[in-house]
Amino acid sequence: MTGFLWLVPALPLLGASLLGLLGRRLPARLAATIGAGSVGLAALVTTAIAIGWLTHPPASETYIQPLWTWISLPGFTANFALYLDPVSLLMTLVITIIGFFIHLFSTEYMHGESGYSRYFAYLNLFVAAMLLLVLASDLLVMFVGWEGVGVCSYLLVGFWFETPENGGAAQKSFIVTRIADIAMLAGLLLLATSFGTLSIQPLLADATAAWPSGTFMPALAASLLLIGGLGKSAQIPLQTWLPDAMAGPTPVSALIHAATMVTAGVYLVVRTHTLFQLAPAVLDAIAIGAAATILVAAFAGLAQSDIKRILAYSTMGQIGYMFLALGVGAWSAAMFHLLSHAVFKALLFLSAGAISMRLHHEQNIFAMGGLRAELPVAFWAFLLGSLSLAAFPLIDCGFFSKEFLLAAVWHASPLLWAIGLFGAVLTAIYIFRAVFTVFFGDIVTETSGSYGPRIILPLAILGFGALTVGWLETPDFLGHFSILSGFLTPATGAAQHPAIPPLVPLAGIAAPFAGIAIAYALHANGFWRRQAAAPSLARRIMQSAFGFDAAYRALFVAPFLATVRALRHDPVDAAFVSLETLAIALHRRLRREQNGRLRRYAGWMMAGSLATLALLVFA
Amino acid sequence: MIPWTAPAALSLGLFLLGLLGLLARRSLVFVLMSIEIMLNAAGLLFIAAGMRWGSADGQIMFILVLNLAGAELALGLILLLRLRGRLTTLDGDSATLLRDAP
Amino acid sequence: MIFWPAAALAFGTTAVAITRANPVHALLWFVVSLIAMALVFFALGAAFAAALEVIVYAGAIVVLFLFVVMMLSLDRAASSREKIWMSRPVWIIPAIFVVLLGAGIAWAVFAQTHLPPMPGRAVPPAEVGLRLFSTDLAAVELASLLLLAGLVGAFHLGREPR
Repeated sequence: MTGFLWLVPALPLLGASLLGLLGRRLPARLAATIGAGSVGLAALVTTAIAIGWLTHPPASETYIQPLWTWISLPGFTANFALYLDPVSLLMTLVITIIGFFIHLFSTEYMHGESGYSRYFAYLNLFVAAMLLLVLASDLLVMFVGWEGVGVCSYLLVGFWFETPENGGAAQKSFIVTRIADIAMLAGLLLLATSFGTLSIQPLLADATAAWPSGTFMPALAASLLLIGGLGKSAQIPLQTWLPDAMAGPTPVSALIHAATMVTAGVYLVVRTHTLFQLAPAVLDAIAIGAAATILVAAFAGLAQSDIKRILAYSTMGQIGYMFLALGVGAWSAAMFHLLSHAVFKALLFLSAGAISMRLHHEQNIFAMGGLRAELPVAFWAFLLGSLSLAAFPLIDCGFFSKEFLLAAVWHASPLLWAIGLFGAVLTAIYIFRAVFTVFFGDIVTETSGSYGPRIILPLAILGFGALTVGWLETPDFLGHFSILSGFLTPATGAAQHPAIPPLVPLAGIAAPFAGIAIAYALHANGFWRRQAAAPSLARRIMQSAFGFDAAYRALFVAPFLATVRALRHDPVDAAFVSLETLAIALHRRLRREQNGRLRRYAGWMMAGSLATLALLVFA
Repeated sequence: MIPWTAPAALSLGLFLLGLLGLLARRSLVFVLMSIEIMLNAAGLLFIAAGMRWGSADGQIMFILVLNLAGAELALGLILLLRLRGRLTTLDGDSATLLRDAP
Repeated sequence: MIFWPAAALAFGTTAVAITRANPVHALLWFVVSLIAMALVFFALGAAFAAALEVIVYAGAIVVLFLFVVMMLSLDRAASSREKIWMSRPVWIIPAIFVVLLGAGIAWAVFAQTHLPPMPGRAVPPAEVGLRLFSTDLAAVELASLLLLAGLVGAFHLGREPR
């Protein structure tokens, strides 16, 4: 069954090609069928492969399907091959299954939009590129997928390109990630020239043999790859593009900016964790940066009024948690939170889309209110997602993944654990601020329309996932299931489960309650609504996420544009033109001497002869 | 015989006088006359050189210079007459049709 | 010695010639200068050249010049115009320039040139004539061609336009 691995990225690619070439001539239903169907088939194939894997795992817990030789030079070879191991199998399941449900949701959400088939073409292409990214056995092939998802993100964020702001948001996301990708490319080149291959497993083995831990070279290579990952995952300092990327359609935000593309950075570090282990300083930097991102994102989330921007900042923060786990070496914890986050964040985004599609695409939470009774499906879906995000005990997956994660962080650094806990409290506050504002209180905007099955089914499935996925990995006092970490062990190494003091889980249980209580108190007080109407300085600082955009504009964009403006009239060319101008001016002056006057001519001739004489005599 | 430097100095002096006349006088008649003075001065120099070197070349060159002066003067005078016919004046400074018209 | 007075006369009369308002007067002064020059040639031993100077230069060329000037029939108004044109300031710059040039040439020729002293020789006309009809025959022919060119040119330019 694993022999059909190549079908998994090929099916969405086929879908994208068909829709790209013929899409405009196809009826909408057929386009939807091709779009959702290709990903659905890929999901089925993946599930079959997974079942086969679980029942009869291959010998070394890895499976390589070579496709063709891409580059073959003396000193460097790159093979196009697919590499399946527990980590990539998990990622593939997430991408195809959640991707399928998001495609299904889109068929109704995007109904009637112009560019319907273009949407599915781009979305299919994205899924194909993302699958290539996670299934690549060679970093160069991964980079192809990496750039592919970047392009598709650009195309989809700027889907409604008739509005210039959307184009600007798309450009911003592409340019920021491109800058990060340049660093990543530098890292790839460094590795390629050092070892002559970018095939992941051999590369990591060579690196471990050649580079001692803690030296400069692995730190440099790891840092460069990390920068690429930070950009794609919207972490500090390359995080500014994610909130603006919410300009794209909501299902796009659900798929790309929650479940899959932004997790590519996490996947990259997990995939090459052997290299990162050779550079402990880089891992420390990852942890510190992640802590900063968690705090910035949490404070920013408290001050947003657009529901999608709240969710965007929460994505930024949750991926910060994943990077925090990576920084302390807890690879399985990061992957578990990745899985859990993919489920509940997709749920949150899709339910936000479901809400806004019934309110004429309103997205300001303060224009919503009391929708609990009007939109029960959306309410329960969003509530379940919010509980997961806040890590409410027991009933949701977010609790289990965050517990696992914070327990691992505690052992590395209690300070980082404290920051993570504080971030969890703030997370609970801001997401329940949204819950209370949107679903409780008085109705502000009337709803219209209704939901079809293609909206309800994905929400239901994702809700079910949010309820159950958590039980794959539970703490000691709840059964000590370690299904997931056991599954991932061959790829990530054995997960540590050392003893933790009771404070840690207790604080983890108390945090969401505290957050929900604070959010409710301030909601009943009307504090949130007052702040939105007349923002204080603190709120404005938080809303701009501590001014990164303004800082980058002043530091990079403004000087660049000023340079462009200064060079617009080609000053270098002006230096040459000045010669021309000088020659013309001289010519004009000398022209005046041609006045036709005989005596003048004679005088000048004699003057010339005097000069020549002087030259001959004195020189 | 006289050292060659004396007639050479005289030649220089006459040449300079001719040049002065050319630069300072506006009337074209005087311009032509100044040219003749200068040619004559050049001829004197040739004679002086021929005397010093004891060669007949000096006087032969003088004959050629004379020849040249004659031909040139003839043409110059005709042009002078034609110019006066066109411009009704002998002022050299008013003959500026050859100027560069911007 | 004939040379020195003749030289002084030549120089003086030339200086006077270029400062006359009336062209006929100027030309007559020029004739005197030419005769003085002939004396100078004679003093240098170039008798043939002296003869030619008087016969050709003073006798033909300047006479031709005089004929044409007479044809111009310049009246009193013309000579008063000349006087105006000959005002004092006009001479200043050319004079400065000429002095500079002269000083330069004089210094270059007389101070820098170091020729071994040689006694000069008076070249008799017989020798010149012999040379003209033997080695320098081509020069004579070319000179006659030049005169022909001058003749043709003067004839053509002098014709009335049809």
